[in-house]
Amino acid sequence: MKCGVVVFPGSNCDHDVYHVLKHVLEQEVTFLWHQDDSLQGCELIVLPGGFAYGDYLRAGALAALSPVMGAVKRHAEAGGLVLGICNGFQVLLEAGLLPGAMRRNENLRFQCLDVHLRTERADLPFTRRLKPGQVLRLPIAHAEGNYEDSPARLDALEANGQVVFRYCEPDGRITSESNPNGAARNIAGICNVAGNVLGLMPHPERCSEAVLGNTDGLALFASAVEVGSRHLQAAGAGR
Amino acid sequence: MKARVTVYPRREILDPQGKAIRDALTRVGFPGVDDVRAGKSFEISLGTEDLQAADRQLREMCEKLLANTVVEDYSLEILGGAGAQP
Repeated sequence: MKCGVVVFPGSNCDHDVYHVLKHVLEQEVTFLWHQDDSLQGCELIVLPGGFAYGDYLRAGALAALSPVMGAVKRHAEAGGLVLGICNGFQVLLEAGLLPGAMRRNENLRFQCLDVHLRTERADLPFTRRLKPGQVLRLPIAHAEGNYEDSPARLDALEANGQVVFRYCEPDGRITSESNPNGAARNIAGICNVAGNVLGLMPHPERCSEAVLGNTDGLALFASAVEVGSRHLQAAGAGR
Repeated sequence: MKARVTVYPRREILDPQGKAIRDALTRVGFPGVDDVRAGKSFEISLGTEDLQAADRQLREMCEKLLANTVVEDYSLEILGGAGAQP
């Protein structure tokens, strides 16, 4: 599967994602510069973590308007796979590819720690290798992961099954103590209605190799690689 | 024409920064402060002297870029000359 990792000025997890796709999963990978408006035939597009455009104005706000994002939008509308990690998730929100917005963490601190996530959807192109309710341990590193939307829109998100991961206790219980940033309803990751666009705050690329002591993140990339965008319609029809 | 755009967190949403600043104000001797909203301010020079056109452009700028209306509100002010716009 041909994979593309978008590079904005200020991206800093791009090489980590590239490494996992290229060397752990042995896929064809290319970097896509933010000024390009072509995805060079890539089937999986990853928006990596970092501080695109220095997080000027709002995290992700300026990156969302860069030329490459027009191509990413068309790719997403056509059913192509798009994964936004941390700052990449913020870019997807600002670009309107996913609903809602991020605010400063409730305690105003940059949170850098391992968290537990409960898998709410195990039928997506990115989660098919997981089991429903499976608890993952992934690292977070962000100051603006406090997910917010209006109560009505949050209800719609839940009703549509768009909540993919929630912050939880190690045993899977959803508690306010396990919520590291104040995110509404413990939301850590969401998808679009079709399920081909996923955004999450934790960093799966930082825990995808045994040598790092944790491989919980690998399932996301492995699932996406397994599916491939050309199989997406079949996966969607199976829901 | 110059204008000032102010963007601030929506009233119904908890503003963690504003709350921290309010708490700090209490500590430096202003216990009577009930609420603080921490926002951003933009001074924008426009190439028009038409108030209506300016107002329209500024609102569009806010909706498209300057504010994230999921969590933020904005207000507009024309600076100098023709007076303030809502």
